[in-house]
Amino acid sequence: MNSLFTPLSWDDTGYILTGVWNTITISVVAIVVGTLLGMIVGFARAESNKAVNVLFGSVLDILRSVPLIIQLILFSTFVGAIGHPMNPFLAGSIVLSLYTMAFMSEVFRGGFESVSKSMQTAARSLGMTYWQTVYHIRFPIGLRAVLPSWMGVALSVIKDSALVSVIGYMELLRTSEQLISRTQQPLEILIGVGIFYFIISYPLSHYGRYLERKMAI
Amino acid sequence: MISVQNVHKSFGDLEVLKGVSLDVPNGEVVSVIGGSGSGKSTLLYCINAIETINSGKILVNDIDVHSKDTNKDKLRQKLGMVFQQFNAFPHMTVLENAALAPRIVKKMSKDEAMEIAKKELKHVGLGDKFDVYPTRMSGGQQQRLAIARALAMKPDFMLLDEVTSALDPELVGEVLETLRLLAEEGMTMICVTHEMGFARDVSDRVAYFHQGVIAEIGEAKQVINDPQNELTQKFLSKVR
Repeated sequence: MNSLFTPLSWDDTGYILTGVWNTITISVVAIVVGTLLGMIVGFARAESNKAVNVLFGSVLDILRSVPLIIQLILFSTFVGAIGHPMNPFLAGSIVLSLYTMAFMSEVFRGGFESVSKSMQTAARSLGMTYWQTVYHIRFPIGLRAVLPSWMGVALSVIKDSALVSVIGYMELLRTSEQLISRTQQPLEILIGVGIFYFIISYPLSHYGRYLERKMAI
Repeated sequence: MISVQNVHKSFGDLEVLKGVSLDVPNGEVVSVIGGSGSGKSTLLYCINAIETINSGKILVNDIDVHSKDTNKDKLRQKLGMVFQQFNAFPHMTVLENAALAPRIVKKMSKDEAMEIAKKELKHVGLGDKFDVYPTRMSGGQQQRLAIARALAMKPDFMLLDEVTSALDPELVGEVLETLRLLAEEGMTMICVTHEMGFARDVSDRVAYFHQGVIAEIGEAKQVINDPQNELTQKFLSKVR
């Protein structure tokens, strides 16, 4: 009797690699976009008065507090409902990037605020303009200070990207789920997927610690 | 010349400067002494346009510091300032610290800026520290770096805000020595200080600040050794 299930074989490699590639793609997009937006929003928050910050802060609080999986489903359902369905990659990238931005902005805000008023005054007293002070003093000092926290957020984004599978994006977890339903070999496949996440995360965190030591002030 | 004319300055309800006037001609060193909260540091911040003023006028080389038409960034190039905190830029070497402003503010070439920075660092005795990061240096060395960094902009005036107050006692001497050297070279300086010996020996005149006004001003030795105002006498008897 023929089994309903076909076991895992080398022919599945291409399929798995597509999943790997897609996980890497969406993670990089979310980290890059989230970092850039987070830097801008974090700087704006460090420079803003209380009223602006309360407004800003509550939007960010929502992004940080609502579970990512719910945000993904809500967003992709919403754009579908208003008649502009998006492909899963685009919808996933938008939601994951904004989610990343919400965490990154707090990281960067802390960094920019760690540069003392007195240090900035000293720079201005040399005749440097506001933006020269921002570019040459606040950014380099602030960014060094937050490198470890930035790395922490970036690593969690790679792992959180697995959740984009719920809206149908073919990243690593979703490809493996499909393989599992075909092969009924969940153990082997999930162990493999786990190892993969470890393989990208671990060297990154090591590299982060190396950078941190190298740039220590 | 720096000319402070009847300047008033308030922070909220608190009036810190209550009509201060002070003329400092080129080449003169004026020390400003007084208790904490008497307004002496605020005066320096107002001269450098870091703080605004409520009324009165401050002229630096006949330029109205607080006029709307004055380019404050340009003005500050003429006014070197050193603070109580050393404020060395921690992500740059000593040489880069001193060369930054000449390069980006005065738009000098890198070589030119480095040349000036090296010269000023040697000037303050840091000729062997070019490639060191400031966090590896003592407070006294960091403060001398701050002085060299200000001098690299070729300022006409130096404003010194309690530059030895954050230093360990044994490091105060080297910084005061550096300031003494500048004074001998004819730099125009206003020094807010708690070092009465320095005020007496190095400055031409001493001004005693009390509650936002200059209570007494005169020739340095006279004010420190033989103050005429009762308030000055009281203050000096306490700090001695």
